Amino acid sequence: MEEKIKARIMDSRKIKKALHRMTTEIIERNRNLKNLVIVGIRTRGIYIGKRISKLIKEFEKIDIPVGVLDITLYRDDFSESEAQHMVKKTEISFPVAKKDILLIDDVLFTGRTIRAAMDSLIDLGRPKTIQLLVLIDRGHRELPIRADYAGKFLPTSKREIVQVRLKEIDNSDEVLITEPPGIK
Amino acid sequence: MAFKHKHLLGIQNLTSSEITTVLDTAESFFEVSTREVKKVPTLRGKTIINLFFEPSTRTRSSFELAAKRLSADIINFNLNASSAAKGESFKDTILNLEAMNPDAIIIRHSCSGATHYAATFSQSNIINAGDGFHEHPTQALLDAFTIREKKKSFKGLKVVIVGDILHSRVARSNIFLLRKMGARVILVGPPPLLPEELTQFGVEIDFNLDRAVEGADVIMMLRIQLERQAKNFFPSIREYRNLYSLTAQRFQRAKKNAIIMHPGPINRGVEISADMADCAKSVILKQVENGVAVRMAVLYLLLGGKEREGTD
Repeated sequence: MEEKIKARIMDSRKIKKALHRMTTEIIERNRNLKNLVIVGIRTRGIYIGKRISKLIKEFEKIDIPVGVLDITLYRDDFSESEAQHMVKKTEISFPVAKKDILLIDDVLFTGRTIRAAMDSLIDLGRPKTIQLLVLIDRGHRELPIRADYAGKFLPTSKREIVQVRLKEIDNSDEVLITEPPGIK
Repeated sequence: MAFKHKHLLGIQNLTSSEITTVLDTAESFFEVSTREVKKVPTLRGKTIINLFFEPSTRTRSSFELAAKRLSADIINFNLNASSAAKGESFKDTILNLEAMNPDAIIIRHSCSGATHYAATFSQSNIINAGDGFHEHPTQALLDAFTIREKKKSFKGLKVVIVGDILHSRVARSNIFLLRKMGARVILVGPPPLLPEELTQFGVEIDFNLDRAVEGADVIMMLRIQLERQAKNFFPSIREYRNLYSLTAQRFQRAKKNAIIMHPGPINRGVEISADMADCAKSVILKQVENGVAVRMAVLYLLLGGKEREGTD
């Protein structure tokens, strides 16, 4: 059975605008942009990261490197989850020590992914700061974590699923709220 | 894609896609060993026992490092130091260790089938670290990882395995794996050490090393296992060396980009000449390095996630 699409929250134009606005905020907040590096969380965080890096290049003519973080090894739900998570590679080719890291994910929900990502980053070195950017903040935090930059605050119910789709892998740019099948 | 086994007892009961899953997972773990902090918290709180009834340095320490880099706790039991020397049976030893609630037991034993037997009554995940002349699955997996790294694919590769095939669990695991992945396997050695029944697994047999090496992509040399009375199977070490040692002259017959492998420990000047063991085409130390990543992948796939119903 197909999952039911309840609402289309953002389209390609709105996503673009949100990324533009957040890039401006990043530039405003980080006076020393040369010390900034981007780390995208697999999978969609990587593509958002690459787009932000491209925008900063457009606006400020500075190259910001983008690394890839796989948080599977740092998950806290190994013994609870039924499914086996495939481990993929972390590819961060630059040193993170003393850097201002812009950590990027598509959706901020419980905060557990971000907790895992921060632990993982700190094992790679001691960053100067870590800032968090997400496209959607959907609430329901289980840990004291908040985003420094958010594309959109989206109140949701817990059973709903927020799907971010990006051209690079999903053929379209959009944000959807869906509900799993079997719920009335 | 998923790996659904409870135990890793051998290569024979794995599918080619499960083998690929292990190798792909190992790629990700390889990166962990290159970090400054060579440790991830993945298996924190898991207890693993290294139970070795036979001597080993490489395999035991490779498993130990793999477990430690995943933050598992691991303890080593060696035959001489444990009560097996006092006459305790194999089953009792395992049941006693199991009473301490480990999550996995890694077993090496001189009897073929020992780990399969352990899996019939053990609650833990059993990992075969070599049983008699039967299988040594993690060695074959790390060999495959190394071959794939250098050759990209297994399809159509000509792999020559040379030496004491009769006593070699490494050879058996490699035969199963390489055939499943579509490589061509040629076994070479003196007739008494080359059991003909292995041809049922789709391998070719040759008694002439010069001929077999012709156009090979991978040459895997095996150790002459002097402790297993292998010396009774051929007239003299000198004759063996003359006929079956890998020398620079013989290696020239192989493909230009052929690689030389050996599961170690090597007897320099017996099955392989010293200059061949150390040459640029030799990936012997690479195999050791890859071993840690492959064993991390195996531990992760067996111990990560909820307990699965074993079909082994």
